[in-house]
Parts: sequence; C-alpha cells; structure tokens
Amino acid sequence: MLWALGLWLALFFAPLAAGRFTVYLLGVILVTGLLAMSLNLLVGHGGAYQFHHGAFYGVGAYTAALLITKTSLPAWVGLAAGPLAAAFAGLMIGSLCIRLNKLYFGMIQISLGSLLWILALRWYDLTNGDDGIHGIPLPEALSGSGSAFTFLLAVVGVCLLAMHRILESPFGTTLRAIRDNPQRCAAVGIHVRRHQLTAIVIATFFAGVAGVLFVVLEGSVFPDMLFWVLSLEIFIMCLLGGWFTFLGPMLGAAIIVLLRTVVGGFTEYWTLILGVVLILLIFFLPEGIMGAGHRLRLYRRRAAGPPSRGGDRAAG
Amino acid sequence: MLQVDGLCKAFGDFQAVNGAWLTVRQGDLVAVIGPNGAGKTTLFNLITGHLQADRGSIRFREQEISRLPAHEICRRGIARSFQIANIFPRLSVFENVQVAVLSAKGLSRHLLHPTRRLVREETEGILERVGLQDRRLDLAGSLSHGDKRILEIAIALGNEPELLILDEPTAGMSPEETAATLALIRRLAREQGLTILFCEHDMEVVFNVATSIMVMQHGSTLVQGPPLQVRADPAVQEAYLGRD
Repeated sequence: MLWALGLWLALFFAPLAAGRFTVYLLGVILVTGLLAMSLNLLVGHGGAYQFHHGAFYGVGAYTAALLITKTSLPAWVGLAAGPLAAAFAGLMIGSLCIRLNKLYFGMIQISLGSLLWILALRWYDLTNGDDGIHGIPLPEALSGSGSAFTFLLAVVGVCLLAMHRILESPFGTTLRAIRDNPQRCAAVGIHVRRHQLTAIVIATFFAGVAGVLFVVLEGSVFPDMLFWVLSLEIFIMCLLGGWFTFLGPMLGAAIIVLLRTVVGGFTEYWTLILGVVLILLIFFLPEGIMGAGHRLRLYRRRAAGPPSRGGDRAAG
Repeated sequence: MLQVDGLCKAFGDFQAVNGAWLTVRQGDLVAVIGPNGAGKTTLFNLITGHLQADRGSIRFREQEISRLPAHEICRRGIARSFQIANIFPRLSVFENVQVAVLSAKGLSRHLLHPTRRLVREETEGILERVGLQDRRLDLAGSLSHGDKRILEIAIALGNEPELLILDEPTAGMSPEETAATLALIRRLAREQGLTILFCEHDMEVVFNVATSIMVMQHGSTLVQGPPLQVRADPAVQEAYLGRD
C-alpha cells in the first residue's frame, strides 16, 4: 500500500509538471476509478451483481448540478448533497432489488436505473434533456483547473482511505464471507440481506461522490452518465484490474480511459478493441491484472518459504 | 432443551419428513440414524430454519422456533455444520472462524475498527481446540476435504452455541480422519459441556459415541432411546439393522 500512497502524493505535483490535457486525463481516470472502486465494493467484495451502478453516479452529479443551477443555495451545499442523494437512491432501489437473487437482482436494477436515465433524458424542463446542463458555476476555490484537480485528488484519497478501512473492518470481512457463501453466513447468525443493503448504501454514496467530482472536473452533466453502457464499462474495469483486489478497479479505469483516448483518436470503433481485450481477459486473466499479480506472488512465496504460510488475505 | 413434535415437510408430492419427533436434553450426544432418504438432513434443515415446516412444533428452551429465520435461530444458540463442506473458500482459515465469532459477539456490522485486532484470542482458541492452528493463514478453499469438514465444525463453534448440530460430520473422510473427528466430537461434548445432535451413516460410530439414538424411516421417527435399548428394539431390527 505504501507505493499507492507515494503515487497519490506525487500526483499533487501533476498540475505543476504536466500539461493541461494530461492533468485533465488524470482527473478523468481518478473520477472513473473512484466510481469503479465503489462498484467493486459490491461486485468483488460483496458478490452482488450491481449491474447499473452508473445510475447512482448520475444521481450524485445531477443533484449537485440542479441544486447549484436551480436554487440559490451555496454551491458547496449542492456538492455535499450529491453523495447523500445517491445513497438515498441506493437505499430505495437496493431495498427493492435485495429480495431477489444474483441475476434477477441485476436485471431489476437495470430497469429501475433506466427509469432514472429516462427522467434525466426526457424531463426537459428540469434537466435540459439530452443537452445536459453546462457551465455549472463552482465555488471560487475550485474554479482554476489546477485547484480543481487538487481538490479532486484529495477527495479521492480520503474516499479510498475510508473504503479501505471499511473493507478491513468486521463489516468488510463479513461482506466477503457473504460473497463466498451467503447460506453459511445466515447459519452463523448474520442478517445477510440487511448487511448487503448497508453495503449498497455505502457503495452508492461513493458513486455519488464520484458524480460530484465529475461536476467539479467538467462543469457539466449529461444523461449518458446514467446510461447502462457506462455501468457495463465500469464493471469491465473491475474485472480487468482485479475484482478481488482493492486497487484493481482503479488500474482497470486507467487502462480503459487511456485506451479510449488513444485508440479513440484513430478509430471510432474503439469498443471493438475493448471487446478483444475482454475476451483475452476472460481466457487468460480471470481474476484481472492485479489478481494475477497477487497469485504470482503467492506462488513465489510458496515456492520459497515454508509451505504452511502459503495463504494470504483475499483483499490485498 | 430441544423438543420436536409431529414435524412434517413435503416437497411437492414427496413427504420428506412425516411426523418426526425428537428430544434432546442438556449434555446429550444424540445421533439420528436412518437409511438414505429417511429425512435426516431435512429434519436438521427444519430445526435450523433453512426450511420452513408444513406442520408440527420445534421448541428450544421452551420457546417455539419453527417460524424463525436461520440467522435468528442461530442467535438463540443453535449452530450447525453442513453435509457438504460449507465454508468461505476465499477467506483464510482464521477469518472463516472469526466471521462466526464476530457475529456471535454482535460485531459484524462495525465499520471502522480493523478486524485483525478483534476477537483474536477466541478465534485462536477455537482453532487450537480443533487442531487447525497451523493452517490459520491458508485460504480455506485450499484445505483438504477432511480439514474443510473440521473447519465447518470450527465455524459452528465460533457461534458459542448451546446446541451444536452436525450433519454427517464424517462423510467422505478416511478412516483416520473419521477417528480423529469422532474424538473431537466426544471431547467437545465432555470438555465444553456442549449438547450435540448429529446424524451419521456408520453404525459403529453411532453406537460408540451417542448417549441417545433416534431412528428415522420414511420421514417418521421409529424410536428414540439409549443405544442398547435401540439395538434391542424389534422394530428397528426389522427396519434397519437387519436380523442376525
């Protein structure tokens, strides 16, 4: 974890050392990565098929955007309200989905999330429809691109720290146990559904934070943020980076955002490349890049050290 | 301690449990025997709330528990192991037991304390008692079949139960593993004062270990009593043990 902390600190100097576009791209990676990591709380650590996580990202972003542009409340209030609204939406949609299992859970969530997408797309008077909302005025302290990036980096850091603590807490250990074997969890006295619902509220809160950070980064919101394709993309980021690891989804986000930027410059069919990447992934790295690295380290340690110390924690 | 009366459960047309009764007193080591399909596992699933009974009553410590969900029954003091190795394969052996201990102490939902500093001693104690302390850091999924079954029992112990229910604890074990597991069960009953209810195929095992035996056939209870009485019972000999 030390290298991650070092990288995080080093990134604070990015606005001084790198060009505007690079800093912007880093910002996109951080926001998307935070979103993917919040999804991974449920997918990799909780074993829940959260298929439409992007909807809560959109709820967070739209709440901030609407409160800032349509009310006279200070902009900070709008930014703070985003995650809370996302968590509330998570609680509502989660309580409806949680009674269903696995795939059904995912399917009903896609339908309910798509309702929110339709609201953003069609409620023209409120949301400007598919034009989105642009030029959202931000607080003075966040208006420069350098200071916006610093704020973004700081918030992402705090969120990652909080998520890490949650995953290392009894709540997180129990969540992983539910992922492995919900029936056994019920037999040791764990209220499985309530535990999962709490996890959904926590994960959607962080998705809302990512949504608010998107507003800080772009100054706009679009209905596409709630479209199911984005949810699929962040799902792939989790799988690609390593869904049983902590930082894997951030790595997955970095790879996909860079791929989209670089390959997308040459061809509009960049999703074709993404498809190929996904197929290779399923065949060769079923636990993602960091998952494979983790396995390799385990294997080496087992070959070198005494055999009884082979195992390690699932979340690394 | 546990009193089951007139319990029935049907799956479609098949009457899996049909008027079963059972008495478990404090400190007993009760075995349920019966041929395959006699309804032993269904009976256990009904007691622990993994299935809901159609009719009949299950009373634990004078309270009706037949309508409660599994996690609630567990909190009343009944823990169980399963016939198939039912563990958390991606967690370490230590964490497998720790999850149960945390749940028993009502700590499962704590968000900000690091897990690794909590309930260490209790968890270590249980692992030592069952003899898995050397494997504590291994991933549970990498254990041998026999060790997985032992871990099963260790998870159940993590709940600090008053009544421990073991569903065929020695199924699929080698003769050595079976002997070790039986020794463990006896030791738990004697040293911890645990009340244990288990079912088992192996006749030798049952008559050696149990203080009371309940015989099931076609979903009903044939008889329950001490081993010698059950062995002498003509109906049991007819139905199950076979005439000499």
